[in-house]
Amino acid sequence: MSIQKEDVYKVAALARLKLSEQEAIQYTNQLNDILQFAEKLNELDTTDVKPTSHVIPVSNVMRTDEVKTSLSQERALFNAPDQQDGFVKVPPVFEEE
Amino acid sequence: MTLMRHSLKSLHTELANGSLTASDLVEASLKEIERVDGQVKAFLKVDHEGARAVAKHIDENRSAKRGLLHALPMALKDNICTDGLTTTCGSKLLANYTPVFDATVTKQLRTHGSILMGKLNMDEFAMGSSNENSGFFPVHNPWDLERVPGGSSGGPVAAVAAGEVFFSLGSDTGGSIRQPASFCGVVGLKPTYGRVSRYGLVAFASSLDQIGPITKNVEDAAYVMQAISGYDPMDATSIPQDVPDYLSALTGDIKGLKVGVPKEMMGEGIDPGVRAQIQKALTQLEKMGAIVEEVSLPHAEYAVATYYLIAPAEASSNLARYDGVRYGMRQEGKNLLDLYLETRSQGFGDEVKRRIMLGTYALSSGYYDAYYLKAQKARTLISQDFEKIFAKYDVVVGPTTPNTAFKFGEKTDDPLTMYLNDICTIPANLAGLPAISVPCGLADGLPVGLQVFGKAFDEATLLRVAHAFEQETETLEAPTLGGSAV
Repeated sequence: MSIQKEDVYKVAALARLKLSEQEAIQYTNQLNDILQFAEKLNELDTTDVKPTSHVIPVSNVMRTDEVKTSLSQERALFNAPDQQDGFVKVPPVFEEE
Repeated sequence: MTLMRHSLKSLHTELANGSLTASDLVEASLKEIERVDGQVKAFLKVDHEGARAVAKHIDENRSAKRGLLHALPMALKDNICTDGLTTTCGSKLLANYTPVFDATVTKQLRTHGSILMGKLNMDEFAMGSSNENSGFFPVHNPWDLERVPGGSSGGPVAAVAAGEVFFSLGSDTGGSIRQPASFCGVVGLKPTYGRVSRYGLVAFASSLDQIGPITKNVEDAAYVMQAISGYDPMDATSIPQDVPDYLSALTGDIKGLKVGVPKEMMGEGIDPGVRAQIQKALTQLEKMGAIVEEVSLPHAEYAVATYYLIAPAEASSNLARYDGVRYGMRQEGKNLLDLYLETRSQGFGDEVKRRIMLGTYALSSGYYDAYYLKAQKARTLISQDFEKIFAKYDVVVGPTTPNTAFKFGEKTDDPLTMYLNDICTIPANLAGLPAISVPCGLADGLPVGLQVFGKAFDEATLLRVAHAFEQETETLEAPTLGGSAV
């Protein structure tokens, strides 16, 4: 399974990254090296092996639904790059025709 | 011995009998930071005012109850949230991010009376093994300034090795506490997954990340572990397990201890100088009454490949939050999508982008089964290897790293070569087990670390073994930088 430059651009778009032509070439080579190394796992027979997503088993952790004090609006917006009327402000999502 | 090299226990005594004050310690720490950090570059931020204010408060309330870490200056890796003090993760993207809350460990350290001196340099988002991936500047190894300190907790380790603070906290996802501890000749412990709360630790790979102490000696590590361990309702993956008294575990006695040494960690890939020091350490353990036998971790050779699929996959998901909207860097764009693209492309460094790309690919439709799911199954096999050994043995021992600290630029061109440096540390993260690196001598003038893996939640045994070994080993101390130390 080898990865092409077009695949790298596609993955970058999914990850919301913009790549220069040079970066795309570099990542294509490096990702191929890493993925080729990862192919080593194909030597393993994992037919009846269960996947581990969490190493120390914990079941659903519940808490009682109580009202507690939390961050004030001012504190919550403290790091916002742009804000207005208590909201985080961003450029328009839908552009005017 | 210079003041900054004193053990936590002796400082406790000196503080209690009044021969030292909190302000003395803070001034000594600030003086050392001022004197050596221009060379070491461990700090991203020094909080002079904050530290002095806390010390003054402690000195003015001498009758107040004393915590475990009373009046002791320390610093935190810059991915651990500190209310009111920037937490950058070593990334330009978070250069101006100031948390409005403390991580649970930050809160615990404050409660136990220790004094936060500042925030420590790291590979960006904890991705790296050399600190060359810091978005600001690399940390230098106090043993040899032309060499890397290791990573990603390079700052936390170098600050302790250079005597700038008494201890620090780092985070370990694939070896990020233990590998630099080994490179800089100090003690680094990665606790069992779930032992220490991750609340307020900026997430890299959530199923692998764990916070742990970096100290000059094992007894100090026991003090810090005591303060930060335990269940936290704010971390759904933290485990409600009793925390034993770690200090009373340090008996110095390891007679009859069953030690397994995986042959896979003593083979060809290990530098002969490192291997010689590990062999010497094993002989020492035997002399002290331990039973040392060769064991096998048949799936260890798959650990690096497994890790470099699972960790980037989790990272690609965790790092999706950095979009320039709510906090951190924002690069303006003509629309929202453009803002995301510009912010992320300009904010993230090369290695972080590479891992996001790798993780996104491994999780994408059509490749999920072949890469991510396969890696999760390999992870099961690696865990089972350890289960089998721990049915018969108390600890597993080997080197922390295959080589000693390398020079800047030596491994930067090829990411894969850099990844292979984590070969001895990664298995502990994949299996969720605790592991400690303790200095065991020098190879070509550079520190070598002995790694001890333990059963889940059995940090007490790790500390006991490492402490007993340390008592019988010559203490390593980094060369003093720039003249006489405080």
